[in-house]
Amino acid sequence: MSRWLLPSLIAASIAALFAACFLGSTPMGVSRVLAALFGGGEAGDAVIIWQIRLPRALAAYVVGAALAISGAALQGLLRNPLAEPGVLGVTATASLGATFSLYYGLTALSVWVLPLSAIAGALAATAFIAIAAIRIRHMVTLILIGVGLASFAGALMSLLMNFAPNPFSLSDMINWMLGSVANRGLDDIALAAPFMIAGLALLFVTRRGLSALTLGEEAAHGIGLDLRRQRLAVIAGTGLATGAAVAIAGGIGFIGIVAPHLIRPLTGHDPARSLLPSGLLGGVILVLADITVRLLPTTNELKLGVVAALIGAPAFVWIAMRRRPHG
Amino acid sequence: MAELVAKNLTVSAGAKAILSDASITLRQGELVAVLGPNGAGKTTLARAMLGVEMHAGSSELDGKPVTSFSPMDRARKIAYLPQIRPLAWPAAVRDVVALGRYAHGAAIGRLKACDAEAVNRSLGACDLHPLADRATDTLSGGELARVHLARAFVAEAPLMIADEPVAALDPRHQFQAMNLLRRYVDEGNGALVILHDIALAARFAERLVWMKNGQILADGSVEETLTETRLEEVYGISARIVETEDGPAIIVRSPARQV
Repeated sequence: MSRWLLPSLIAASIAALFAACFLGSTPMGVSRVLAALFGGGEAGDAVIIWQIRLPRALAAYVVGAALAISGAALQGLLRNPLAEPGVLGVTATASLGATFSLYYGLTALSVWVLPLSAIAGALAATAFIAIAAIRIRHMVTLILIGVGLASFAGALMSLLMNFAPNPFSLSDMINWMLGSVANRGLDDIALAAPFMIAGLALLFVTRRGLSALTLGEEAAHGIGLDLRRQRLAVIAGTGLATGAAVAIAGGIGFIGIVAPHLIRPLTGHDPARSLLPSGLLGGVILVLADITVRLLPTTNELKLGVVAALIGAPAFVWIAMRRRPHG
Repeated sequence: MAELVAKNLTVSAGAKAILSDASITLRQGELVAVLGPNGAGKTTLARAMLGVEMHAGSSELDGKPVTSFSPMDRARKIAYLPQIRPLAWPAAVRDVVALGRYAHGAAIGRLKACDAEAVNRSLGACDLHPLADRATDTLSGGELARVHLARAFVAEAPLMIADEPVAALDPRHQFQAMNLLRRYVDEGNGALVILHDIALAARFAERLVWMKNGQILADGSVEETLTETRLEEVYGISARIVETEDGPAIIVRSPARQV
């Protein structure tokens, strides 16, 4: 791995988060932002930075990072650069879980219901994909199964929207479906954080096994990888991380495909060494996308998930067309 | 001394037995070649010995069931080289070889000194130093086969099971690969190698295991078991064996009667 890769990604992350604090409908100069960030300045500025801009940027960052790391881990497990929580239907199923709990008013029971139902949806989808992966020879088939799963979750979501009792819950659901970090606070992040940290920690602890899988499952087992444990770790890890990301921002796709794709050549195509840089880049990309959404002079603010898909879907097609098996 | 003793291994797919009652021992200091036509059950035998394939019968590594070992403990005793498949990612040669140290806890890109040394030795043994930084998707078939051998050697396990390590290689590279396996055995290790080239097997192995229809028909030295009747029985070919000073040569005259 190039020595400069991690430092420059960390620098880019800090720069993107700072930029997100400067830019917005209330123009603020560098000195006002710095003053607000570090405890000085006017009370109004502090509110704008600490309660609106920074939480929103942080939300975009952690969501992008979690989705990118989940994507990199799934690609390592399934040995396919097109595997990604969005493409495999994991985010859609997680959004369905969240929408379901909103629709039936379960979220009133406890603040934990929303993240937990998103995570339950994500875990169900990752488990389904991983079980299907055991019986399937061609990884392309697996991607198709994921696409089917995503469509099915989308259909169930449309069904819920069809029966939405009033326009307000309808617009709520659309938010979840399209994905957005508007009006997210630090408490939203804090609720999802334990699950996200647990999931990402699991992925990092077992990342060496992803390198082993470069050789294929049989040979990976031959060099000492416990396949069953590795599959379980990636299922649980990506399920928790993706579910937590969806609990914050709804369904945002394709980050998990774009970031690892850009990082892989810089880390010797090693899935293990791609995890952290992919996460940092995924965070930066989503923060930049969110800044774009905020700055575009549209009457209704664009949803972040829409922008991510507008960039990501063509990238997906491009990667799929260039794909060839490596000898 | 590491020893893998398999007794009465039986593997069935539905009602059909793809391996029946196979007993075989792999010990250090021996290069064992497994021969037989396609579908004879050679790969199944190797997988059952390793405990990868569900089986009846027993396979014991140093007196304990091989399935009681964790994959990592087993990998430190037996290196396994399955039939070569394309790699998922175009990793560099050095990194692929380093994956062979997985069971020693190596993480590629951050190798401990002992792991890095083992990788260097193995690269050297397989003449791979000039290719060490190349991406594996730019290699020829022969080069890639050497990379896989190197990653099997680098584990420094006392036993190895290799499934057709020289398939699809030209004669020069076949010979080179077998030479590497021979050297590994001469250093005091043991290898079980599935082969299709009978002459190559006779030249390099001290023991030949002949398989057909899921059964081991014969297991013994080259002199004992390589006969014209055996070739007809196992492969259904009428062939002549000519002794030369470089080992036996096999001349196939015609397919024998339908067997």
